[in-house]
Amino acid sequence: MPSPRNWREIPARYRLEAARCRGCGKVVYPARRACPACRGQEFEKTMLSWKGKVVTSTVVQVAPTEFQMEAPYAVAIVETPEGARLMTQVVDCDPGAVQPGMEVALVFRLIRREGHGGILCYGFKAVPAA
Amino acid sequence: MAGIVGYGAYIPRNRIKAEEIARQWGKDPETIRRGLLLEEKSVPGLDEDTITISVAAGRSAIARAGIAPAKIGAVYIGSESHPYAVKPSGTALIEALGIAPEVHVADFEFACKAGTEAMFVSLGLVESGRVEYAMGIGADTSQGAPNDALEFSASAGGAAYLFGRENLLAEVLETYSFTTDTPDFWRREGQFYPRHGGRFTGEPAYFKHVESATRAILKKSGFKPADFRYVVFHMPNGKFPLQAARTLGFSKEQMATGWVVNTMGNTYSGSSPTGLAAILDVAAPGDLILITSFGSGAGSDSFVLKATKLLPERRALAPTVRSMLDGPRRYLTYGEYAKFREKIILND
Repeated sequence: MPSPRNWREIPARYRLEAARCRGCGKVVYPARRACPACRGQEFEKTMLSWKGKVVTSTVVQVAPTEFQMEAPYAVAIVETPEGARLMTQVVDCDPGAVQPGMEVALVFRLIRREGHGGILCYGFKAVPAA
Repeated sequence: MAGIVGYGAYIPRNRIKAEEIARQWGKDPETIRRGLLLEEKSVPGLDEDTITISVAAGRSAIARAGIAPAKIGAVYIGSESHPYAVKPSGTALIEALGIAPEVHVADFEFACKAGTEAMFVSLGLVESGRVEYAMGIGADTSQGAPNDALEFSASAGGAAYLFGRENLLAEVLETYSFTTDTPDFWRREGQFYPRHGGRFTGEPAYFKHVESATRAILKKSGFKPADFRYVVFHMPNGKFPLQAARTLGFSKEQMATGWVVNTMGNTYSGSSPTGLAAILDVAAPGDLILITSFGSGAGSDSFVLKATKLLPERRALAPTVRSMLDGPRRYLTYGEYAKFREKIILND
């Protein structure tokens, strides 16, 4: 991901900024132009809770080059209390232990490095709730 | 009066036992356990660094303070493992915690006392009225060369302190700094691991500065060692702080709560600040607390604190140090540790 794109996505990736549809109240993450539920185009900014529940997950055994050091690792769709769903790695646990319904906390972590000399890209990951 | 309005700590879940490191290098684990009083240490994950540790600790500090993050006018992170050589760690933190953009930010370095250095300056800005709230953080993913004594202690973690003038969790009654030019431990530009002067790190460095600063703040504040309920010194290993305490007239009981080094390791800039967080996790209103840091090069900062009535209810708003030290942990083999600390040379 080029540096400018990473920079543009800071509000969503660093702070979990999402959008709430003014028409039907659906919370979408990341923010988008049209509501997937009612097609409304009026949104207000909302912040997601730093916690959620695993909806579904998988274990990545053959990772992309930049994530090879981390394999095998779990990737899950996590639903926050606001109803937003986001895809994230689940770390600090046995990847095989990540199951639907598992309560997780969302934490600020390093996601990837742009090679040895490039920028460091931060964002959120999930860890088992304490 | 100014003081601490919020505090938080973070310790990664990964651990390696001293005996696992000793086994790798053919050393006797009992010698390490008895000599340095170290059982195990924390290890950062591949996705954890000074920035992520600072964000986690800072989030807890804000939660305990219960203030709007945008009111924080200054943020300083003290570390000797800032992820970038050029680009501040604090800029990512202020974005992540919703503090940006009206805030003064800088990264501090002073070996292991960069954290209390950040706290010292934060407190000064709040006392002067220049800012309403200021956050000082000490965090590190400490480096120690393989097969060096430092490898048994160099660990990862940190603590954040939010200073203000209202709704204090702990009043700051006195501060003192003691600094000289002493080459006991250093890392030159471009070097991966620090070097140290072996036994020279003891008497002319750690003990001289910790003891001088502590004696001076006792004199300045008018308190005696027996007046304090809790005391914490920088913890490069288990032995040094206990030895300094004995010399200065503090008991094991006064040291016990903040002495977290035996299972946490030395989190460098995060060491004494995390010990202080462990104390604030249990201190009762009115308890007097003394903290003296130490940073090679060399210097010590001392603070005298007094816990307030608000502390017990606010501490419940974020994880305690003991919950992280004694909670879920993952024990690594030396091979996994070498991978996590990126001690293995890989192809691009």
